[in-house]
Amino acid sequence: MEEKELPYVLTDSIGGTHGVYLEHTEFLKKYFNLVAMKEFLENQKCFGEKIKAIYIWWQKPAVNQELLQSLPNLKVIANFGVGVDHLDLKLISSFGVKVTNTPFAVSNATADLGIALMLASSRRLVEGRQIAVSPDTEQFAADWLGEDVTGATLGIIGMGRIGYKVAKRAKAFDMKIRYHNRNRRKEEEEQAVGACYCEKMEDLLQQSDFVMLVVNLTPQTHKLIGKRELELMKPTATLINICRGPVIDQDALVEALQNKVIKAAALDVTYPEPLPRDHPLLKLKNIIITPHIGTATKHARRLMMKSMIENIFSALNGLPIPNEVFP
Amino acid sequence: MYQPHSVMGDQELPGVLILGVGGVEGVLENHVGLLKKNFHLITMKEFLENKKELSEKIKSIFIFERRPTIDRGLLESLPNLKVIANSGVGVDHLDLKLISTFGVKVTSTPQAVSDSTADTGMALMLASARRLVEGCQIAVSPDTERFAVDWLGVEVTGATLGIIGMGRIGYKVAKRAKAFDMKILYHNRKRRKEEEEQAVGAIYCKKMEDLLQQSDFVMLVVNLTPQTHRLIGKRELELMKPTATLINISRGAVVDQDALVEALQNKVIRAAALDVTYPEPLPRNHSLLKLKNIIITPHIGTATVQATCMMTEEAITNMLAVLNGLPIPSEVCPK
Repeated sequence: MEEKELPYVLTDSIGGTHGVYLEHTEFLKKYFNLVAMKEFLENQKCFGEKIKAIYIWWQKPAVNQELLQSLPNLKVIANFGVGVDHLDLKLISSFGVKVTNTPFAVSNATADLGIALMLASSRRLVEGRQIAVSPDTEQFAADWLGEDVTGATLGIIGMGRIGYKVAKRAKAFDMKIRYHNRNRRKEEEEQAVGACYCEKMEDLLQQSDFVMLVVNLTPQTHKLIGKRELELMKPTATLINICRGPVIDQDALVEALQNKVIKAAALDVTYPEPLPRDHPLLKLKNIIITPHIGTATKHARRLMMKSMIENIFSALNGLPIPNEVFP
Repeated sequence: MYQPHSVMGDQELPGVLILGVGGVEGVLENHVGLLKKNFHLITMKEFLENKKELSEKIKSIFIFERRPTIDRGLLESLPNLKVIANSGVGVDHLDLKLISTFGVKVTSTPQAVSDSTADTGMALMLASARRLVEGCQIAVSPDTERFAVDWLGVEVTGATLGIIGMGRIGYKVAKRAKAFDMKILYHNRKRRKEEEEQAVGAIYCKKMEDLLQQSDFVMLVVNLTPQTHRLIGKRELELMKPTATLINISRGAVVDQDALVEALQNKVIRAAALDVTYPEPLPRNHSLLKLKNIIITPHIGTATVQATCMMTEEAITNMLAVLNGLPIPSEVCPK
């Protein structure tokens, strides 16, 4: 045993399809004594006072009043990813506990996925692949066409780190870029990616061939895109969501897609995840759904892990915290 | 396919021969108007039924989706043929030497195809890296209860892209990849100018082997010629990283398909994404169709409303230039 013990950090589980990655634990163990929830629950007396941090991996463990009360020395909750909509920030703050997230680690991978979905949808990649492998295919039809991404208009709703990286990538496809954000970006930033500010979201919706949602989920952005917004969009437009499912009114989206109010949608996020297996969104032809894979790369997850270590370490050692999230 | 009616007035316009209109392989219906503005449109069926009258009127052939097939018999039956305008940039289906002996010029449509094809290359690279097709299947599968957190793809941002063939299309791929902060290597018959390289951050690899060994993604964007036939075979695949992905948006025959099957089966490379194969489509029992680590698309590099329209327009411009004795924008000469 070392003279000074490494801090105890609670996590939900280790290994398997949902736990902290085994290949990460080697690295984590240099900094922390990781305690899985199961261990903790079996021995609360021993661990309760030792645990100084919670390491949330894919929204687990759920942080509620009971858990917070059982961890009197908890200093910080390190969240995986940038979205904190699953955390009650006010409640946590009332216990004097800090919350951190990993905005830098996720931005490239998520922006890449936004572009991947836009291209896949526009060029009908999933359908095309099915034709290429189908037992019934005898000839490739010359009149089977998609639409160009190059030169089209992309409207980005939410121009934070991720939205800005989407814009940077889209510019290389000679896309016209419109954006809507709570705050307007600096002129040099706009010019660097050729983005035009739309103070009114309605203007962006009416002008865009592709609308991409890249906002945080907050009470203000909940059901941001509903029936009215979908009707403002062009009938030839595609809606892409890489932020959070509840930013869209899903029932309104089903109707809009069924009635061709918009051309298509591509969603990496829904509510819930996964959707119930009989959900109408799963039956539509003009939609692509991916299983929330915005940050699903080895590299991004490794960066997230390191960022979380840094966040916890700083919080426990009274250093400036890189990515604190305030209520 | 249907046979469009000829209008009296367009008898004075030069005749253009096409395979037919509509259906699976005919000229797109809404392009017929573009052609009829400048030409007397003659379908193969009309021509075969009335060779005597029509053979002398045909001054040009508009090839769409590699049809009609150009052989000696056809060339001999068209004494006034001046130009064969190909829709698309690949002319590997045309015997350029043979056509040239008849004094007929061949043109292609390099401008019209480049953006759409470059976009397809990027789409395939992203879809393969992020396992998009698999992901879609999981998202909709009746068996899916939860999304696994350890289900991962590979990162495109910051990875190394090796472009083999840095013509118009390859260069546009580089421009796009640069915005993803990719490290870009390229191999080409000729080195590009320094300013061009710098504009996209591309580093020249004189030896293709160096590119193969360093790249996370290898994209094939060459013309199909005797020199590029089976350019990528067993040796080249073994030079690639075992974590690398091969993307082909050029022609199927640039890759030794049997070698590719083996390489994918034995995880010599991580994955492949092919918009082109030989033949197209592949036989339904082909090994490539059974592999898990491959995406195949049905040659959709230029399959957009915009690109196909631009191809027809570019072909028309080329045909008119030849027939009017003007400089020809995109002539293709035999080597």
